[in-house]
Amino acid sequence: MTVTPDFARHVEDGRCVLRFSGNLTLLRVRKLSEQLEAIEADRLVVDLTEVERMDTVGAWLVHKLERDRGAKIVGATEDQQTLIDHVAAADQPVKVRREHEPPFRQVLFELGTATQTAMGTMVGLLGFLGAMIISTGNIIRHPRRFRFNAVVMRFDVVGVRALGIIGLMSFLVGIVIAQQGAVQLRQFGAEIYTINLIGRSAVKELGVLMTAIMVAGRSGSAFAAQLGSMKLNEEVDAMRTIGVSPMEALVFPRVLATVLMMPLLGFYAAIMAIIGGGIFTWMSLDIPPITFVQRIREVVPDTDLYQSLIKAPVFGLIIAMAGCYQGLQVEGSAEEVGLRTTTAVVQGIFMVIVLDAFFAVFFTGIGWL
Amino acid sequence: MAEAEPIIRVRGLTNGFGKQLVHDGLDLDVRRGEILGVVGGSGTGKSVLMRSIIGLQTPQQGEITVFGEPMIGRDEEEAKHVRRRWGVLFQGGALFSTLTVAENVQVPIREFFPGIGQELMDEIAAYKISMSGLPADAGAKFPAELSGGMRKRAGIARALGLDPELLFLDEPTAGLDPIGAAAFDQLIGELRDALGLTVFLITHDLDTLHAICDRVAVLADRKVVAVGTIAELMALDHAWIQEYFNGPRGRVAANIAEREEAAT
Repeated sequence: MTVTPDFARHVEDGRCVLRFSGNLTLLRVRKLSEQLEAIEADRLVVDLTEVERMDTVGAWLVHKLERDRGAKIVGATEDQQTLIDHVAAADQPVKVRREHEPPFRQVLFELGTATQTAMGTMVGLLGFLGAMIISTGNIIRHPRRFRFNAVVMRFDVVGVRALGIIGLMSFLVGIVIAQQGAVQLRQFGAEIYTINLIGRSAVKELGVLMTAIMVAGRSGSAFAAQLGSMKLNEEVDAMRTIGVSPMEALVFPRVLATVLMMPLLGFYAAIMAIIGGGIFTWMSLDIPPITFVQRIREVVPDTDLYQSLIKAPVFGLIIAMAGCYQGLQVEGSAEEVGLRTTTAVVQGIFMVIVLDAFFAVFFTGIGWL
Repeated sequence: MAEAEPIIRVRGLTNGFGKQLVHDGLDLDVRRGEILGVVGGSGTGKSVLMRSIIGLQTPQQGEITVFGEPMIGRDEEEAKHVRRRWGVLFQGGALFSTLTVAENVQVPIREFFPGIGQELMDEIAAYKISMSGLPADAGAKFPAELSGGMRKRAGIARALGLDPELLFLDEPTAGLDPIGAAAFDQLIGELRDALGLTVFLITHDLDTLHAICDRVAVLADRKVVAVGTIAELMALDHAWIQEYFNGPRGRVAANIAEREEAAT
């Protein structure tokens, strides 16, 4: 491959002649375009006789000389001339960049868009809940449309396969609460109350809340990603055309499975946390397991369990709905699947925590202390 | 580089997924400056062949040389200077969805020639976009905002980004309207003449085959069963080839091609 210097320049009949040689290609174009900018002479003649190879970028440079500086092209072979003509024909005003608003307006614009999206999501979720209820009604009226296999499969994915990670997490959280509680309560000589702390916080709040967060991360995101990809792949549209309702076939099994699995997982998480705390108290506070279990039975009222069993299905509903809703909102690109998945998890966890606060106030109000 | 040396040389290529063999001892040469059409029924491994040549799939056996350099077992860095000399259009366009069309076109240029100024880059992107037949406002759009046919054109603009010597096209005219497909055929033909391109073209489009392909390779029975001009292929006694070129669609395309030739 010849990489010869750029171009020779001389004056002939009062016109400035640029004689290019070697390869007029992308490889050399960077230096060349700078050098050509520097030439100020008008009435240029571009001599291509000695050019060995020219690509479209080279042709573009020549075309630019012809267009902007009125250069005359001589010595081009037929192919080179075709190429230059091609490039010249393609010289249309093309919008390459997006238009940018001034910063202040940009800020206002983003604020407005964010508000609009938030409102839209609220309304959308409400509408989605309505559609969910309608399809639940439809399934109750036509029990044959209930997809038993799909629901059982979701039981497995949402519930059974989550046992390991939720169990381990709750076990560790139980140990942490016991350890932190013991350190503080020791100052009052009230170490025995560590058991109250473990039992009540695990059964009433932590078990179900931690489970909700884990399920949102595991299953809420998976729902959004699955439905999002199906939407991109036009599977959801295909389903609708065939006459299968995506609400009944895709959303209902997922929501139902999550609603039913959440209380079970929450209860399991609470038990695991108590076991973790029990082992810690046994090891470091020398409280024997028998005493620990007796004490737990005394201090944890039934209402604590009822509370978490009431909260869990509601949390499950919210998580599954946020996941499915965001998944079905995907349009356009693969990037959006990722964005929607993130949104589904964030929204799910956020709404769970907000609702948890409301539940706490409510249950206190009705005297379930 | 000797002229006689083919640009792509495939020998004894064997590819398979699990127990199923896609290619079994496949041989193929692509000569410099030709447009080679690759045809074959669905599932005969046309795309797999292309993926093997461009190094996206490691074959079980066989050797592949491109520009006289062996491609199998090369590491990324070594293969890079070969990659610079080809452009690939995937079936769905495979545009980067987070970049605008213009930025997509600039990706290969930026990667291999980082020093080129932004202004010149924009100009290059602009004429490439308009050369591949996209409307003027397409450059600033994201791929998700384009129709399927426009995405394909944007994919072509990106494949042509580095002014490659060798172009791989996987069903470029599928999904284009007939006018767009004809314009695309013409574009490829002209670019080949002007740039001395070599084109490896997978297609089902009989019109494209008649209009621009110099030779056609037929994939069947896990091999290339025949390579030649359409006239040569039609003289062969192979059931699939006969059905392909002499079937109702093949005859129509042949007639049109003849008429066009008579007109010029």
